[in-house]
Amino acid sequence: MTDAPVLLSLQNITKRFGSLTANNAISLDLHRGEILALLGENGAGKTTLMNILFGHYVQDEGDVRVLADDGALATLPPGSPGAALKAGIGMVHQHFTLAENLSGLANIRLGTEPLLSFGREAAARAKVKKIIAESGLDVDLDRRVADLTVGEKQRIEILKALYRDAKVLILDEPTAVLTPQEAEGLFVVLRRLASNGLGVIFISHKLGEVLAVSHRILVLRAGTKAGELVTAKADRRAIADLMVGKAVAEVIRIPALPGETLMEFDGVSLHGAGRQMLSGVNLKLRSGEIVGLAGVSGNGQSGIAALISGLAVPSSGTLRLYGEAVTKASPRDLVEAGVARMPEDRQHDGVVGTMSVADNIAIEDVRTPAFSKMGFLDRKAMRERATSAISGYDVRCPGPDAEARLLSGGNVQKLILARVLEREPRVILANQPTRGLDVGAQAEVHRRILAARDRGAAVLVISEDLDELFALADRFVVVHAGELADAGSSESLDRGTIGLMMAGQARTPVGIAS
Amino acid sequence: MDVLFDILGSANFWAAAIRIATPLIFGVLGALICERAGVLNLGIEGIFVAGAMAGWLAVYLGAGLWGGVLVAALAGALFGLLHAFLTVILGLSQHVSGIGITLLATSVSYFTYRTALPDVTSPPRIAAFQPLNIPGLSDLPFIGPALFQQTPLTFLALVFVAFVALVLYRTPLGLAIRAVGDNPASVEAQGLSVVGLRVGAVVVGSALMALGGAFLTMSAFDAFFFGMVNGRGWICIALVVFASWQPGKALLGALLFGAFDAFQIRLQTQIGQVVPGQVFLMLPYLLSIVALILVARRADYPRALLQPWTKGQRH
Repeated sequence: MTDAPVLLSLQNITKRFGSLTANNAISLDLHRGEILALLGENGAGKTTLMNILFGHYVQDEGDVRVLADDGALATLPPGSPGAALKAGIGMVHQHFTLAENLSGLANIRLGTEPLLSFGREAAARAKVKKIIAESGLDVDLDRRVADLTVGEKQRIEILKALYRDAKVLILDEPTAVLTPQEAEGLFVVLRRLASNGLGVIFISHKLGEVLAVSHRILVLRAGTKAGELVTAKADRRAIADLMVGKAVAEVIRIPALPGETLMEFDGVSLHGAGRQMLSGVNLKLRSGEIVGLAGVSGNGQSGIAALISGLAVPSSGTLRLYGEAVTKASPRDLVEAGVARMPEDRQHDGVVGTMSVADNIAIEDVRTPAFSKMGFLDRKAMRERATSAISGYDVRCPGPDAEARLLSGGNVQKLILARVLEREPRVILANQPTRGLDVGAQAEVHRRILAARDRGAAVLVISEDLDELFALADRFVVVHAGELADAGSSESLDRGTIGLMMAGQARTPVGIAS
Repeated sequence: MDVLFDILGSANFWAAAIRIATPLIFGVLGALICERAGVLNLGIEGIFVAGAMAGWLAVYLGAGLWGGVLVAALAGALFGLLHAFLTVILGLSQHVSGIGITLLATSVSYFTYRTALPDVTSPPRIAAFQPLNIPGLSDLPFIGPALFQQTPLTFLALVFVAFVALVLYRTPLGLAIRAVGDNPASVEAQGLSVVGLRVGAVVVGSALMALGGAFLTMSAFDAFFFGMVNGRGWICIALVVFASWQPGKALLGALLFGAFDAFQIRLQTQIGQVVPGQVFLMLPYLLSIVALILVARRADYPRALLQPWTKGQRH
């Protein structure tokens, strides 16, 4: 593989954002026909490096060199996507850069023709058709991008790069938005493209797919190159350790010691959005116990989450907190009573993107004397709390004044953990707590949730990831079509039983077991 | 009912509708170009005033009618450039900047007029554009006087409708403008300049808006009055939404408004003794609000409208 000519060479790239060094003297070579995986945790600097390569960011130090037509490596002018495109670098961003009001073909043509010219569509279409035939990237070119599926949009993105005769294709977390079947299809296309001579850089934090598709792996950690290895000879465990920098500690769980019931659903039904979301749900959340809620998405999880968050009250039945009925939909009352919420869509519902990290950490406490003096915010106290949370919970960000929208998903979740756990909540709702997080962050979140349980909190974990539920839950409940069934203690359970219950078979009413 | 048919049956009514629609056609096209690129231009009302004043003054000082048109367009482009600098390059609020441009352009125009003509008491007149006589067409019975006895600027406005539609839908430039108003990242990722496209669109759009103003002082009337623009710019902002950002529908919207306005003037003379005149003046605006409610709820906004773009920032 390394005999093939070098298409692209990065030399000692360094990039700083304020006090944060996102890339520290990183070098890499990419050869013709090679799939190079860039592996690292969230915030390791993968996306930053590729944005420099593509000219979205300007590096502070270092060079990007690309194979030119004369066979020599030419240095690319920094900060110019136009130059990168011209040199044959194509990039598929994690967030697609498509104009949704235009057709796929229009998006592919965009910027490739003189601005005032006519009648070039037919030639463009013919060229794209040819690329589709060669690569297998089948997609309807005439539909508005807004009407395409995520997988189809991604194919348009790849076609955009190939249409410009890309020599190097960069894919940033391409499988994050795909179903497993779509991802498999993408791998087939990538292998085919590589065997036709394209160089591919595949950015990912998922070990499994990196091992499946790449020839060579470059591991980034905290902005530096942690290691470089040939995939065929790589050992899974060794790569994971390279990624997180230390052996990933197994999360240890001691048996639960359930105490008193803190929150109770007593025959709760909920109507919402014109339909029955929950019917006759019975559920007890007890101190010192984690209940895992399994179920196929859309079977009533959002209703249960809304009730615990104070966003809704039961249409019938009773929801009790510490033995008293909750009759008013008031998130504020519940938060003040000691309920912690980790929302499902953490970027959207968990933080205010345009506000600072400090503001977001203090946001549930701004009325308490800790952060307000005579009705005015105590900025100093807020920043102090944020600073201690950033170090205590390892939130990677430039500082307390950084806007929350600049944080990666894992760091947003750590920020939310810092906000809700520092209050020592008695009831915790963790809704999809580690969706989209890398292994390091995942273990950290699990450790924190278990620690809160051991402190005596009652926890409900809602997750689509059964591995996660088995790692955390002491007891399982399964929701199907708005009805909740008790699956009993996690020790006595296997996946098959849970799977059947998720499909709506084999249920026992909650309450009998406990 | 007789009144209605009397009005609709007169060639004079249709000619008036098209005449009233002309400045709106320029204005709505200009606003459409700006918004398609993602920039709301609330400077339009002031740019109308600037175009009206600058064009008229140039002619008054001896520049010739087409020279006046050019000066008006340049004045509009200049204010457009200022708006683009504030909103595209500095990324400031498009609402605030637009209203500022309207206030500034209006005051500067009045100031210039007063300074240039300190001693006049009644507004001086110029020799304005006269209706074109198109051999054959203008002499047709009914159709001729209804449609083909307009001044050159009206025909220019119609040519611009076709031209803007052609550029927007049939050229790579049009693709780029539509893309930059939907998702600037798509344009940047393809190596085009977001700033260049947006500044260009705002400047050209503003020049078109100024032609709408110039029509008032150089075609519809032959003098410049304070307050003569009278909300026409704001109507254009509403018409763009009504038109779903499409040039063809923009023409239709402007003509509908022109027809309402021409209709109310004639209705006033017919039954004005019974109903107060202000009710009729209100009518076209009321109808445009009703039309907006019916149409705009389904409107497909350019997704990046009002959103500033900063290169290299995480989005």
